Amino acid sequence: MRFSGLRVLREGLTGNKGWRPHWRDPAPKAEYDALIIGGGGHGLATAYYLAKRYGMTNIAVLEKGYIGGGNVGRNTTIVRANYFLQGNSEFYSHSLKLWEGLEQDLNYNVMHSQRGLINLFHSDGQRDAFVRRGNAMINQGDDAILLDREGVRAHLPYLDFENTRFPIYGGLLHPRGGTARHDAVAWGFARGADLRGVDIIQNCEVTGIDIENGAVIGVQTTRGAIRAKKVGIAAAGRSGQVAAMAGMRLPIESHVLQAFVTEGLKPCIDHVVSFGMGHFYISQSDKGGLVFGGDLDFYASYASRGNLPMVEHVMEAGMTLMPMIGKAKVLRSWGGIMDMTPDGSPIIDRTGVDGLFIDCGWCYGGFKAVPASGDCFAHLIATDQPHVAAEKFRLDRFRTGVGIMDEEGTGSQHNLH
Amino acid sequence: MRLACPICGTRDRREFYYKGDAVALARPDPDAGAAAWDSYVHLRDNPAGQVRDLWHHEAGCGAWVVVTRDTVSHAVLDVALARPEAGGVQ
Repeated sequence: MRFSGLRVLREGLTGNKGWRPHWRDPAPKAEYDALIIGGGGHGLATAYYLAKRYGMTNIAVLEKGYIGGGNVGRNTTIVRANYFLQGNSEFYSHSLKLWEGLEQDLNYNVMHSQRGLINLFHSDGQRDAFVRRGNAMINQGDDAILLDREGVRAHLPYLDFENTRFPIYGGLLHPRGGTARHDAVAWGFARGADLRGVDIIQNCEVTGIDIENGAVIGVQTTRGAIRAKKVGIAAAGRSGQVAAMAGMRLPIESHVLQAFVTEGLKPCIDHVVSFGMGHFYISQSDKGGLVFGGDLDFYASYASRGNLPMVEHVMEAGMTLMPMIGKAKVLRSWGGIMDMTPDGSPIIDRTGVDGLFIDCGWCYGGFKAVPASGDCFAHLIATDQPHVAAEKFRLDRFRTGVGIMDEEGTGSQHNLH
Repeated sequence: MRLACPICGTRDRREFYYKGDAVALARPDPDAGAAAWDSYVHLRDNPAGQVRDLWHHEAGCGAWVVVTRDTVSHAVLDVALARPEAGGVQ
């Protein structure tokens, strides 16, 4: 079933009777060439690229819930490539390039909208840091434009330019940054993988990882044992529990990050705007809701919901930056479980067990990474070698102290990112 | 969320700074080796369930407290003053 404008027209004229489920609902087979634990964005993208680029079609994605029910459907949908450090920089650049061809590649409308992202700055020191970041982005081959105060005003006239505590000095515009429809990304990758023969098995929780002579031989699940000589873990906030089944402890603490959406409004916020001083960021969905968020609640949590102090803080930051949103009603808030690493950067690597690979530690930035994470993790699983865009995402960098990627410069320690 | 500081009584979460897993109370010997230090600084059990973590009552009495919590329900089960733990070096 291919999607096209003509198809939509034809279905519309014939009662929409020709649409079919976007992927099958197969029972697990007894054995596969590879298994991916976790049917979120990263796991589905990994399966898609394994099938597409490496011809590995006898594989399965094991999802304990349903497709689109985890963090891939709970994030604030921002897509950007504005990282500073080597390692992160080339990876997110690779990811943005994949995003730009994703809809054609998947034949699926993920509503990728490159509406531009503006990071505001409020002091001379912050401006210097953003100039440096912008140059790093340009060196990487991505785009960055430094806006002065009037430049920001031309784009974002609704900001409070009279604020004395956080005067707006300017902003760094990343024109290729933007948003995408998050659950369509999950559905698109699921469909793309399924079309190539990948089994997507929902309601199938992995309960054990079978290891023999230092090599993985399969997994135990709530739907029976499944054999495979290659297993990839892509379990986001639950990575610690899955890794523990293989006797591993990870450099990860799971925290809750909240997000909020207002009632649908007429178009008023055209960009993605981030306000680092108050830790607040916002965009407007195509449905009209203002989607915004702030910082972690800052304590270990698996509750998928946060507490009121951070709700208050985010609302205050929003009101400080753009008082106009005070009249919008918040429809709902929710929380996601973030797999936080000490340095705030992710891990795509082998483990101490042969055939067992791990993709985790995405902190609060996993959504934009989905295509490249899938591409790089697939490369690692298929070839046993790291992809050139992700070769710095080593698991042992914390133990050795070599190659720490502390993008914020706050230190490589839990609770600092 | 409120935490019952053993010195000050029940106080708002905002008075406390979260340090992380109470592993910090069992600091390894300086010569314990790279694996012990990696485990202490970086590796975490990170359970979905009961944890013991270390909080600082920075806007109150300044005490360090060990909070026993449930990370799934956010229930606070116990708050006690932090003490050096067996096997640890202070």
